[in-house]
Amino acid sequence: MRGRETLALLFRSPTAIVAGAVLVALVVTAVLGDSLAPHDPTATDVSNRLQSPSTAHWFGTDELGRDVLSRVIEGAAVSLKVGAVAVGISLVAGVLIGLVAGYYGTWVDDVLMRLSDVLFAFPAMLMAIAVLAILGPGSTNAMIAIGIVYTPIFARITRASVLSVREEVYVRAARSAGAGDLRIVGRHVLPNVTAPIIVQTSISLAFAILSEAALSFVGLGTQPPDPSWGRMLSEGRGFIEQAWWMAVFPGLAIFVTVLAFNVLGDALRDVLDPRQRSAMAGTGVTP
Amino acid sequence: MTRYVLRRLLQSVAVLLGVSILVFAIIQLVPGDPIRAALGQQADPETYAALRERAGLDDPVPLQFVNWLAGAATGDLGVSFRTGETVLSQILARTPATLSLAGAAIVVALLIAIPLGTISALHPRSPVDWFASLSSQAGLSVPDFWLGILLILLFAGTLGWLPSSGYTPFTEDPVDWARHLILPAITAGVSSGSILTRFVRSSVLESLGQDHVRTARAKGMRARDVLTWHVLRNALVPLVTVAGVQLAYLLSGVVVVEYVFAWPGLGQLAFQAVESRDYPLLQGTVLLFAVIFLVVNLVVDLAYARLDPRISYRSAR
Repeated sequence: MRGRETLALLFRSPTAIVAGAVLVALVVTAVLGDSLAPHDPTATDVSNRLQSPSTAHWFGTDELGRDVLSRVIEGAAVSLKVGAVAVGISLVAGVLIGLVAGYYGTWVDDVLMRLSDVLFAFPAMLMAIAVLAILGPGSTNAMIAIGIVYTPIFARITRASVLSVREEVYVRAARSAGAGDLRIVGRHVLPNVTAPIIVQTSISLAFAILSEAALSFVGLGTQPPDPSWGRMLSEGRGFIEQAWWMAVFPGLAIFVTVLAFNVLGDALRDVLDPRQRSAMAGTGVTP
Repeated sequence: MTRYVLRRLLQSVAVLLGVSILVFAIIQLVPGDPIRAALGQQADPETYAALRERAGLDDPVPLQFVNWLAGAATGDLGVSFRTGETVLSQILARTPATLSLAGAAIVVALLIAIPLGTISALHPRSPVDWFASLSSQAGLSVPDFWLGILLILLFAGTLGWLPSSGYTPFTEDPVDWARHLILPAITAGVSSGSILTRFVRSSVLESLGQDHVRTARAKGMRARDVLTWHVLRNALVPLVTVAGVQLAYLLSGVVVVEYVFAWPGLGQLAFQAVESRDYPLLQGTVLLFAVIFLVVNLVVDLAYARLDPRISYRSAR
């Protein structure tokens, strides 16, 4: 399906339009962070600490008098960057593994898929924690950890699609015309397996942002003074009874972002890959 | 069927071997000396030497792996670098807390999913269906650690009905155990409830369209009886297996929820192991979670094959 047709079908879904608008706004916020933030997100002002939401500080201030809204705006860039790089890592690695396994089959497929089974056997969060235990905490390492965790799902989805495409007439025709493996995969196979990969990318972005927030919340992800949403939530937890706004607003930002990616992922699945929806229903597969 | 069972068993053993290699590699991949990293530079030389010998870190790596694997197979997961206690005893001490939390969370998930999924399937494209779809999407997207904080704020802070954190063993005081369990169980159960709601909805919808349901209606059977005896019975049988998968996710997925509620389970133990660089303890907890995951998935696959023989035939071909 062409990009324009896909967009036309997506625009028929009001929830997809809202989700898309939220994500566009989020990207703009992340890019223009500094100029949009009403205050310096790292500037402390102890005389104004723990101020409730007001016209001067829409989301209130934290225990050091920093403006929570400015920090939430600044946190958008951190969350989106970590999510995008992590999914980028798993997308490139997973698609490459899936293409090789699905296209070549035989023992190559067996070895790669058993390796992916091994990675799949680890619960996602625990796997990320174990990787960070080796690499040490920090946002760069969190990106790598999350990237590793989500690689097998991209590998499996790509492989499954390649298996059905590689026997298509046009692939066999290209092969009999003397085209090399690289050309066949690049020109004929990859363009025909993109639909489920696009859907998975949107859903994985949601879960990558959620994972980064969880890792930062427990102190293994983004480190201070960078204002990651998960980190802000963790700091706000200690002041929950005096200053609910410190935890509520960063959490709301995570929730809205993840919801928007999930809704968009579902809408994309309906448009691009309706069969996968029924196959996934209720399997308990956590993307 | 026997061929299918054997094949799945062999596959699981191969994956388990791969899992063990990765878990073993944790300690090898740590930059520098893992015992120095855990104990610090000022550590007592005798303690250091004893731990190094006990962990066998001076042996060649393949021998270390064989010894570690042989130990793990018999329940010997080594000793904690920090406390000197065996890893197994620490894991066993934390298991009841995690089991009770995961068990309660799956009950919460089913209490959400069965009514909501059934009602939305009975009224497709109605406002109820729309609400169920929206709430299951929201349930999947809400960060559990944030939901936990909101519940603490409301039920512990504002209303003062429930404790904000902590744990009381069931054997000491069952009522207090339950009071401490409610908020973490709701927090952990919401996302599984959302996944299961979607499953129940599609399963009930599929069941509603089947011939035996139409026949029962045509024979004049009451709507409620048709739902109970023909629709739900068929639709909910596979739910048992899906709920099993969710339970496996919950056993390992409650890691962050345990952190929020200071729940002394295996997740907290894993965090403590990371914070104190207690690598044998981390290896033990990661291995346990991976084994639970593998076993539950194996059982679910076998149960599916039993319920639907087409699965084993397809795989055997």
